[in-house]
Amino acid sequence: MIWQLDLILLPLVIICAIAAITVRDLFSATVLLGAFSFLMCMLWAEMGAVDVAFTEAAVGAGVSTAFFIAAVFVTTRRTKD
Amino acid sequence: MGTIEFIIGKYNYWVYIILMMVGFYAMIAKHNLVKKLIGMNIFQWAIILYYVSIGSKKGGATIPIIQNGHGEVTHAIEAAQYLNPLPHVLMLTAIVVGVSTTGVALALIIMIYRRFHTLEEDEIIDILRAPNK
Repeated sequence: MIWQLDLILLPLVIICAIAAITVRDLFSATVLLGAFSFLMCMLWAEMGAVDVAFTEAAVGAGVSTAFFIAAVFVTTRRTKD
Repeated sequence: MGTIEFIIGKYNYWVYIILMMVGFYAMIAKHNLVKKLIGMNIFQWAIILYYVSIGSKKGGATIPIIQNGHGEVTHAIEAAQYLNPLPHVLMLTAIVVGVSTTGVALALIIMIYRRFHTLEEDEIIDILRAPNK
């Protein structure tokens, strides 16, 4: 664990999570969730869990974000909250 | 160890609690189904953060690959120099299962949109209560 990197990454993770659930556009929320996911990936690499980090980068951030974007384009971007 | 040092020294766990509450709030209070799913994802990653935090150590511990492991090992192996790999392996499975859960949930959301033409939970309930309108 490197506390200087933690000090940068952990507040950014919280900001991304709160922004992803408050923004009023589903496409923006999806992209913010992807950014959240990549920040988490950097957090795993920094904590020494490199196998978790690249699984997260490939599966969690990449494929999951692609699924979300595809579903949002098939359905609708509108959200009330 | 003082109380303030005890609180600050475990900052990973505080962030895990905050993220978990953010995800839980989104799952309960948001009306949009995709927002609920995003909340579920955040909840999942908070739990993964908790488990990886259990496995990590402060003070320069590295990944568990023993140096000169194939030659003649002459030095003693100290467990404090290496991370615990068991939570990492468990969370590897959890990430993959989480993505497949997300895929099934998105398929269900697409089916709901095709039937009701909306993703808002309250509008869907209104349509279900008055189907002949």
